[in-house]
This record gives sequence, C-alpha cells and structure tokens, in this order.
Amino acid sequence: MEELSILIGGKAGDGIRQAGQTLARLLNRFGYRIFFYDDYPSLIRGGHNFSIIRASKKKIQAHKEKVDLIAALNQDTVEKHKHRLNPGGVILYDSKKVEAQGVGIDFMGLVKESEGAPIMRNTAALGALAKVLNIEWEMLERVIKDTIEKAVDLNLKIAQSAYNQVEKACLSVRNLNQKMLPLVSGNEAIALGAVQAGLNMYIAYPMTPASAILHYLAEHEDDLGVVTIHPESEIGVALMALGAAYAGARTMVGTSGGGFALMTEALSLSGQGEIPIVFIVSQRPGPGTGVPTYTMQGDLSFVIHSGHGEFAKLVLAPGDAEEAFYLTGLAMNLAWKLQIPCFVLSDKHLSESIFSFDADPDKVKPEDPLLWDGQGEYKRYLDTQNGISPLAFPGNPAAMVKATSYEHDEYGITTEESEQIVRMQKKRLRKKKTMEDELARYEQVKVYGDPESKTVLLCWGSTKGACIEVAEELGLKVVQPLVLEPLPIEPLKKALSGADKIIDIEVNTTGQLAKHVSAYGICIDDMILRFDGRPFTVDFLLEKVKEVLS
Amino acid sequence: MTTVKELETYAQNTWCPGCGNFGILNSIRKVLVDLEEEGLDLKKLVLASGIGNHAKIVDYIKVNSFYSIHGRVPPPITGIKLANPDLVVIGHAGDGDAYGEGIEHLIFSAKRNIDVTFIVHNNQVYGLTTGQFTPTSPAGFKGRSTPGGSPEEPLNPIELMLSSGATFVARGFSDKPKHLQLLMKAAVKHQGFAFIDVLQPCFTFFNTYDFYNQRVYELTDKAHDSSDREAAFARAGEWAYGEGERIPIGIFYQVTKPTYDEKLLKGRIPVNLKPVNIRSILEKHI
Repeated sequence: MEELSILIGGKAGDGIRQAGQTLARLLNRFGYRIFFYDDYPSLIRGGHNFSIIRASKKKIQAHKEKVDLIAALNQDTVEKHKHRLNPGGVILYDSKKVEAQGVGIDFMGLVKESEGAPIMRNTAALGALAKVLNIEWEMLERVIKDTIEKAVDLNLKIAQSAYNQVEKACLSVRNLNQKMLPLVSGNEAIALGAVQAGLNMYIAYPMTPASAILHYLAEHEDDLGVVTIHPESEIGVALMALGAAYAGARTMVGTSGGGFALMTEALSLSGQGEIPIVFIVSQRPGPGTGVPTYTMQGDLSFVIHSGHGEFAKLVLAPGDAEEAFYLTGLAMNLAWKLQIPCFVLSDKHLSESIFSFDADPDKVKPEDPLLWDGQGEYKRYLDTQNGISPLAFPGNPAAMVKATSYEHDEYGITTEESEQIVRMQKKRLRKKKTMEDELARYEQVKVYGDPESKTVLLCWGSTKGACIEVAEELGLKVVQPLVLEPLPIEPLKKALSGADKIIDIEVNTTGQLAKHVSAYGICIDDMILRFDGRPFTVDFLLEKVKEVLS
Repeated sequence: MTTVKELETYAQNTWCPGCGNFGILNSIRKVLVDLEEEGLDLKKLVLASGIGNHAKIVDYIKVNSFYSIHGRVPPPITGIKLANPDLVVIGHAGDGDAYGEGIEHLIFSAKRNIDVTFIVHNNQVYGLTTGQFTPTSPAGFKGRSTPGGSPEEPLNPIELMLSSGATFVARGFSDKPKHLQLLMKAAVKHQGFAFIDVLQPCFTFFNTYDFYNQRVYELTDKAHDSSDREAAFARAGEWAYGEGERIPIGIFYQVTKPTYDEKLLKGRIPVNLKPVNIRSILEKHI
C-alpha cells in the first residue's frame, strides 16, 4: 500500500499516544512519510483518547477523517469511529472488553499471562497491529527495543504473543525504498530550531500545548547545551528571560494564550528596553481556559497587537515541523540582530502533531548580533541610522550597560524631555524598516498547488497541510504567509495577483487573517472557518471547498 | 579605585529634600566603594530596581543597571544571575513593589535561595503615586485611596522571609547609615538570597523619622543568635509594622545553604554555552 491511515483509541491512561508513536516509527522504517495526530481531552484517567497515524509514500502534513484500520482498546473507540472505516477496512479490538466485527484478540488475557501491567495492553495491540499489517516480527522487535525503555523483555513477550494470535494479515505494508526521516513533533522542531540558532536558556511555565517544548529541552539539556528553568508564573518567566538576555544569554519562552496574556507586560518592557526575546505562543481554543487540549488559531490578532505602547515586533507562523524549525531559528537570530521581541505562533495541531522531518540542520546557525566595538564611551541606546544600537553586556570591562523600562537617553538614563522622547521613539520605529529589509532576504509567502489557478486558498499555520492536498486534488492554488507581522504586503499581493476568488481558511470564529490582510486592500471572497477545537482534515476540507465552489 | 563621587551620574536627583532614599543611596555608594577595595570588580556588578521613588536609584549610580517594572525586580535579577553567575547582583525595590505587585517573586527568590541581594526601600506609603497605603502601612493608615483609614493589617516582611526560606534576613534604618552599610556589605557577601528591609521615612507623605528614632535598637551578637530561626521569629514579632515600643534592626537570621544558581547550573555558564549539532539527536528520532 502506498498510503494508509490507522486509528488507535482507548481511554486516558491506556498509553494510546505511545503505542501510536511506536507504530508511526515502525511504518517510518519502511520509508513511509508520516503524519501523526493526537486527540485527547484534558484529563489523566478515563475519557476517550485516540491517535491517527497516516502513512504515505508522498510527503503529507495532514490526516484524513477516513481510516483503513482501527485498533480499539475500548468500546468507545468502536462506537465513535467505526463510521470512519474505508471500504475493506478492519477493526482490531480487545476481544474481552469490546464488541465489534473484525479481528478480536484478548489483549488483557495476554498481558495477564505474561504478568504484565494493565497498560501493556497497548503493547499487545501493537503486536497484533504489526501482524495485521503484514510486518515481519523482527521489524517490530527492533522498533520496540529502540523505543521502549522499561521492561523491554516483558513488552517484547506480550507483543509477540499478540502478534502470533493474529491468524492472517489484512493489509499489506511494503518497503517503499525511501530514505527514513526523523519523526519530529512541531514542539520538538521549535526546540531544535532554537538550539540550532544558539539558544542558551529556555524558560517556561507548563501550559498545554506548549509544555512539550519544556519537557523536551529539560530532558535533553546536556545533549543540547541548554539550561531550562520552570519559574513561579508566566510573569516570572518573561521577566527572568529579559534579565538573562540583558546579561547576554539567548533566551526563549513558551506558553499558550492565557500564559502569554500574563507576559504582555514584559513584552512591552522588551520593546522599550530593546531586549531580545523569543516568544513561542501555541494556541488553543479560548476565551478563558477554553478547551485546553484542542486546537485553534484564535490568538493571531491578540499576538499582533499585544503589549502596550508602540514598538516593532515580528510574528512568524510555521505550518509544519520543518517551518517550525527554520522559523524558530530565524526568530532567534532576528530577535538578537534587531533587539526586538520575536514570536513563533503555533497551535496545538502543529505543536503536538508529528511529522516526517526533512529540514537541513545546517541551514540554521547562530548569527551574531551587532556587538559594541569597544571604541569610545559605551551608549546602550546609541541613536543610529537603522535604529540598532551596538550591544554590550554587564561584565564588559569597558562598558556601563544600563537597560531600562523608562524612556531614556542614549546612556539609558531616564528622560522626560520632549526632544529626547521623540528621538528615541523614532529610533525604535526605524527598526521596523530595518526588519522589513532583513526579512526581504527570506521567503515570506509560500505558494503551493497550481500556480496558474485563479482560485486561491489563503491559509496560515497548521491548516496548510490540508489546504495543499485539497488544492492538488481540485487544481487550486494555496497561498500561505509565513510572516504575519509585519505583513509582507508586496510578496503577498504578488502571490495573490490574478486570483478572482480568494477563499480564506482558518481555525477560528472570525477569520483573523482575512481581517488582517483586508487592512491592506486584499479582499476575501469566501471564508471556511472551523472552530470546534479540531483541525481541518483533508477530506473534511475538500467537501467544504467543493461546497463553496459549487 | 573608584570614589563615591565617581559613582555619581549626571542625572538630576528628584527625591524630596529629607527623603529617606538619600540614606540608602549614600550607603550603597559607600558600600560599593568599600567592596571594590576588598576586590569586587564593579564592572561585574548589576543593580536593578522596580518602579517608584526608590527605583530612581539606578539612574544615580554609575554602574550596570536594569531598571525593571513595578513588582518585577526578583525575576530579572534571577535571570541575570543564572545567565552569568560571575555577576554580582543587587536588587532594589519599594514596599509596594516587593510586598504588593510582585510578592510571588519575592517569596520564590527566598524559597530558591538565589544568590542575589534584595534591598527593600520600605517607607510604608506609595510616594510616586502621591500617598496611598502599601502592604506594610499600619492599620488605619489614611491615604488617598483609604481616606477613612486602611482596613488591612500590615504584612510583616521579616516573618514572611523567614517562612519563605531566606538565608539572610535583616532590617535596617535609612537614618542609621553606618549600621545600614554593615548590613549591606554582609548581604552582598552572603552566598544565597540576602534580604534587607530598610525602614525609610517618606518626608512628604508619611514622615516616620521621630517614630523610628525613638524605637529602633540594634540587634547584637551578644543578645541575639542569628543562626537560631526561632529566636529570629521572636525578634521579628517584636514589631508588626504598626504600633509598638521597640523595633529591632540588624541581622535577624543568617545560615549557609546551597544556592539555586549552584544547584541549577551545576557549573554551567549559560552565556558561555556553545551550540551543539543536533544531527545526532535527530538520529534518535528515526
């Protein structure tokens, strides 16, 4: 098979995500390109969790509603998802717990026989899945050894007994003879991009869906050469990061909308004090606590307009793991070059989904900021033509470095004089032009699908994967701005030129990108909005686009 | 060697004549000069402040500084110290800053035992916003937001810091500069979170010079064992920032414990960390 989708479901605590990831890894070893979607409510035990593993010969960045195989660890999985089965699809289920038609295996019985823990039902399911997919035992054995850290022998025993219980394969996975790619989540790609651009310190308070950045960096601190800190609150996080950056450390913080709301005070200080900082904002449905473990693109307007006072900021919106890697690296480098706050706007769908990762690590490296040359007397806020004042850090034997939240003169001493205020406001504003010049060196707007098509799907962030496949199916063009602030007007207008129908596709209630671009005279003809916390799948979006076009 | 005069900047001082902040400013300048003579490299020193009259102190001293925002002095100084543990960091804050807006950060700084000094300019009133009650104003304080008198009891910051795990807890008085300088010097030399609550009269909105001068007395080694936490609590309870006859000043408590920066960094210096190649990490993702 050149493409297949598998859904594995159970209740929270059943180890669904882990089994799904191991399965994704197994398929990856056959050269498949992977997209992994994880769906779970905000609880630790109970509820209904499921993962969809889509594997394809071609590069994919989205999943589909329909699947070929369902592995059910509980009855809910069957009831909630059996409508998804493609013709010829199969349900594999825990036969003592679940009633269904298909391949029933007594997972719990096998676990008990081997004296395993109840959670190891997921390993039994994995063993049975491998056989159903016609995968040789040795392949699964190797992946389990590479993936599972505890009780490897026991897990192998359970997997093998389940493998042997399945009488015959129902589907057939084959080796596609393609290069195996690393499987990387959006959050991991963000972490790695930052590291590659010289990240020294990552500071964060846990908040879904950004927490995994903290977990990943904390777990690999020594390998990655990064110090991670979990402070008392998001307010503490952002201010601690500014202190560290003032001292010369490349620093990043990560959170979701509610946590970022608390950081906006520090954001504004970063604007006045010209202190570099990278914010990762991974969106989830709001307002308020909203729906913590689901996805939304509802904070675009908030982030673009965040922080009191007027100052330059950069907002980048990656749509897949590779873009997350490159753009986080870019955010880090530009934060330091321009001494401004830079944002990477993600969402649950990008942050927690897993992608086949084909980025070139060497394309991201730490770029030096403008450092003081040691000549004359140091002025932290030297008024320059492009607005960038050379940096020096405390400890420099020749410099006195004064950073401040107050309006200030070139030395960083407080001022309330009108001429000084105007001078410094103008100096900071000039950095916006410098930023735009800098950004012009990079691809700011991406185009996919049929470049000649007069119908354009306009999207940003994690919706791109579904949009690309729909456009390929229907012969449409996709336009995806990677930079959302400052909006790259010229490249965007160029990408949209010749279009007679622009359909804006977003995961929010009001079409925030549509509103954003309309301020520059770009008119949207139709909008397709989804806001139930779920991302666009390829087949779901296809139907919606067809409705709009009919 | 730097002189006290050389530590002055060109910034015009805008405190009221008679302001208790002068006692603190003159003391810290003198302490910095003394510490330099004892080997401290002033280029490795960073002063920080919050927002309020106290905060102007960083404009008045010619050293590295981070002029933060209201209530947010502990987080940036923690970040500075963690990014480069070679730096010596002193935070200044007002009582509104430290005990109101930013109290969570103060408690956590003490809990962690981060190796910085934290000096609170405690005048028991908001000065720069022209006279409202603060977390340490006495009950019944008549300010512009509480014309009928504050309905709240004051917080006792000495007790708060002892409870939070601070390893150096002291109280000074801006009108006793020699004593205050001893405290400041001991605080900077202390390895761990060193806290000084400095009683500092506000000449314009809450003039407490006479009140304090009649009541303060110095804690001596003879009369008080600063390694005894129970004794420290007993001394802290002698005055609850309201009425009272005797106000102890001096070091209430001092012990040595491993610092947060030591435990967290384990010898690493973030500003000197070199980037790694992520290829080997990516291989583990296959």
